[in-house]
Amino acid sequence: MSILASLHRWYALIIKELIQMRRDRMTFSMMLSVPLMQLALFGFAVNSDPKNLPAAVIDADRGPFGRAFTSALEVSGYFDIVARDSNEREAGALMASGAVQFVITIPEGFSRDVMRGDRPALLVEADATDPAATSNALGNLGLLAATALDRDLSGPLASLRQGPPPFELVVHKRYNEEGNTQFNVVPGLIGVVLSSTMVVMTAMAMTRERERGTLENILVTPIRPFEMMMGKISPYILIGLVQTVIILLASAFLFDVPFQGNLALLFACCMLFICANLAIGFIFSTIARTQLQAMQMASTFLLPSILLSGFMFPFRGMPGWAQALGEALPLTHFLRIVRGIILKGSTLADVAFDVGMLVAILLAIGFLSLRLYRRTLD
Amino acid sequence: MTAAIRVRDLSKRFGARLAVDALSLDVPRGRIMGFLGPNGSGKTTTLRMLCGLLTPDGGGGSCLGYDLRTQAARIKRHIGYMTQKFSLYEDLTIQENLEFIARVHGLGGVRMLVSETLARLGLQDRRRQLAGQLSGGWKQRLALAACTLHRPQVLLLDEPTAGVDPAARRDFWDEIHALAAEGMTVLVSTHYMDEAERCHVLAYIAYGKLLAAGSAQEIIDRAGLTLYSVHAADPADGGALGALAAQLRGCPGVDVIAPFGNALHVGGVDARALDGALSPVFDDARFRWAASSASLEDAFIHLMARARAAGTAAGAPS
Repeated sequence: MSILASLHRWYALIIKELIQMRRDRMTFSMMLSVPLMQLALFGFAVNSDPKNLPAAVIDADRGPFGRAFTSALEVSGYFDIVARDSNEREAGALMASGAVQFVITIPEGFSRDVMRGDRPALLVEADATDPAATSNALGNLGLLAATALDRDLSGPLASLRQGPPPFELVVHKRYNEEGNTQFNVVPGLIGVVLSSTMVVMTAMAMTRERERGTLENILVTPIRPFEMMMGKISPYILIGLVQTVIILLASAFLFDVPFQGNLALLFACCMLFICANLAIGFIFSTIARTQLQAMQMASTFLLPSILLSGFMFPFRGMPGWAQALGEALPLTHFLRIVRGIILKGSTLADVAFDVGMLVAILLAIGFLSLRLYRRTLD
Repeated sequence: MTAAIRVRDLSKRFGARLAVDALSLDVPRGRIMGFLGPNGSGKTTTLRMLCGLLTPDGGGGSCLGYDLRTQAARIKRHIGYMTQKFSLYEDLTIQENLEFIARVHGLGGVRMLVSETLARLGLQDRRRQLAGQLSGGWKQRLALAACTLHRPQVLLLDEPTAGVDPAARRDFWDEIHALAAEGMTVLVSTHYMDEAERCHVLAYIAYGKLLAAGSAQEIIDRAGLTLYSVHAADPADGGALGALAAQLRGCPGVDVIAPFGNALHVGGVDARALDGALSPVFDDARFRWAASSASLEDAFIHLMARARAAGTAAGAPS
């Protein structure tokens, strides 16, 4: 009998929960629509075999075999030659700023040496900050070297097709010579940790006031929207900086990540990134009616941040639309900045574009959230 | 006498429901105005419009000479608003709450001011206690202290004593009178008749409309009720008055039927019609009839019944 009574009470609770769920339309619709959206988004976007990686070619040979190899690179689909006739200095700058991931140097007299059967060396430098992004392309290079010149090695040169490849491929990994994945992941974690804590904490900020009824009191005081936003955000900037210090210490002493760049520049960029995330959290906070909704919004924002920013999967492996979406996420730019500064020793000039994007995102979001901030209970 | 608050045709709509319907009201400076009306009559909505928490859909007015629509920021500096629900931080101590409010208003000498306020409230010993742990009565006193910290010229109180025991209510009203004596204008909404009688002037609203305004006596006089108080001849006969009430309800001429303890109040605007309706039961030996003067509550019950009848007649949704 008591089991029956217990079932009744269980039933009563289920009915109540279902009614409440239905009343909270926004939460309910998000529960249904968000998974679908994410499935479509990530299912199509995520690709761990990135193609069309930008590369620069320094062709000192200007002979037929150099050109043949270059076109073989393009045909493979893994390489997108963005600078065809580059020089050492330009290619170096392109790689430092992350505009290219490979620099291919065809030495002087390459074609001549191939014909002589001297097996000349061909240098491929790869940006190994993200080993996952370049490994497939590099793996393909060996295959390419063996067959790239086959068509040109005809007639008297046909004998060179047999045996070892007609030239020697020298692959030089830059920035992360051992291809250590942790060197890429750990600095990136600064961004992920900051993003997840900062957004969630401020997303709750206004909704908590609303739910507890204290907002009514705040709104009759002379506090202005901008003051409210700054007041809510400021304490978390400090928390974010403490988190940054902890991860940096851990990456230096626990993971032995080599630190190449300027620490002050890194902290300035962290500060900027923290502010951008806090502004995003604050905007959720002004839209959401309840803390639950604010949490949902925060997690809906965080998942693409992690999947589309280049943290988990190579950014260049994603289709164009997903990359465009990724460009709108602060984490994407911050990852480039933080990896650049820590692993490549990037200067402000190298990361200027991504810093500019972070500033733009911060200003846009800050402006929007002030517009959305409700001064009344209407 | 100048009005501290003056609104004309103030209206507010929530969806299809007209919460406040063309309300015009003057609150005289330095007086305590009681704001009365049944639940859902638009009292809170009106107070919220007065302090800038809600934007009026129609009409407008001024508070302390500042326009309600365009100078909300200025108004906020000179008014104190005490919300119906406790809206200070429950996870902050009494002292921290007061300090926060003092700083937000940019008041000088925060520590001094807060410690004076704590002393006046008799809360020095408990100043480190979390506000959430206070009893209902103390919460209200703390909230009142918080919303008067910046010495506002106008004080809006939304059912400040709901759920507070009589002794605490008495203390609370003493404070309100002390504030008014210093020149503060107070608009206070309440459901309690004894509190209504403590106010200098009253405004009564129902269904979003202002039905009466004036002193308690003026409102009673204007209602023009002739009233009888009926007792059962046999005090043990508990059912007799109930039966009488059921019998008289709806009779033409009988506008008010309200039990008052062991008595029943029966009244009407038209004395002759009322006497006509009552003549069959006047000589009933089971009852003792006595002419009585109408109370404020009788007047309000009558006002509300009339408003409801008018609303139904006009086909307005109730």
